[in-house]
Amino acid sequence: MEVRTKTTERELTIGLRGELDHHSAREVVTAMERAADAALPSSLVMDFGGVTFMDSSGIAVVMRAERRMCALGGSLVLVNVPQQARRVFDAAGISAHVRMEGPPDQA
Amino acid sequence: MKVKPDNYIALEFLSRSANEGFARTATAAFAAQLDPTLDELGDIKTAVSEAVTNAIVHAYPDALGKISLRASIFDGNLLEIVVRDWGCGIADVDRAREPLYTTGGEERSGMGFTIMESFMDSLSVRSRQGKGTVVTMKRRISQRAGRK
Repeated sequence: MEVRTKTTERELTIGLRGELDHHSAREVVTAMERAADAALPSSLVMDFGGVTFMDSSGIAVVMRAERRMCALGGSLVLVNVPQQARRVFDAAGISAHVRMEGPPDQA
Repeated sequence: MKVKPDNYIALEFLSRSANEGFARTATAAFAAQLDPTLDELGDIKTAVSEAVTNAIVHAYPDALGKISLRASIFDGNLLEIVVRDWGCGIADVDRAREPLYTTGGEERSGMGFTIMESFMDSLSVRSRQGKGTVVTMKRRISQRAGRK
């Protein structure tokens, strides 16, 4: 899994590419925590546009991101969530309390 | 009397997390002969990923062990997937199946069984402590118009 992080002002964007499962989740969490430590963002954008597969490991990653942003008093938004990942979020009831939007430029 | 499948595959692999992707991709490739929709294929891959990850994380917490996966096709476009391990077993299956319940720490969401249940038509979990766990999932694939 490829993880790209970008910080603009206090907005941290994490771009994910590849398959997000138990095998790859740890490197995503490590990269996310490191970037959040450095940026102390007021807004975290997780871009799922390149995610070709996701299972419940992705839910744990998002729950972790949510706790982190809650502690920082900031916001979390998921963008470009593909259909397969969306079905997993829906089945877990995550979609109801985490913000999801389309492409960032259309939000 | 046991009904014989029209077709099946059987895989055996070590409980390394690198095999999660292999197991779901191989199962999806086998299921492709049923001409599933993209959503159906995604659901099958996700359910397999959850079952195999459970075996890798929970059945053999401090060691590597054997996991087997058998996918069978029965009459009427029925896909059955059986994931078996010979690990430590689940002390309380009903509790393990509850949403958000996990013994896997914050790396796990506790939603694995919930997702298997919601993506498959049926899910059965048999487990004996010290002996292992067998997860059986079934999903009937829609017969699409124009399908041969």
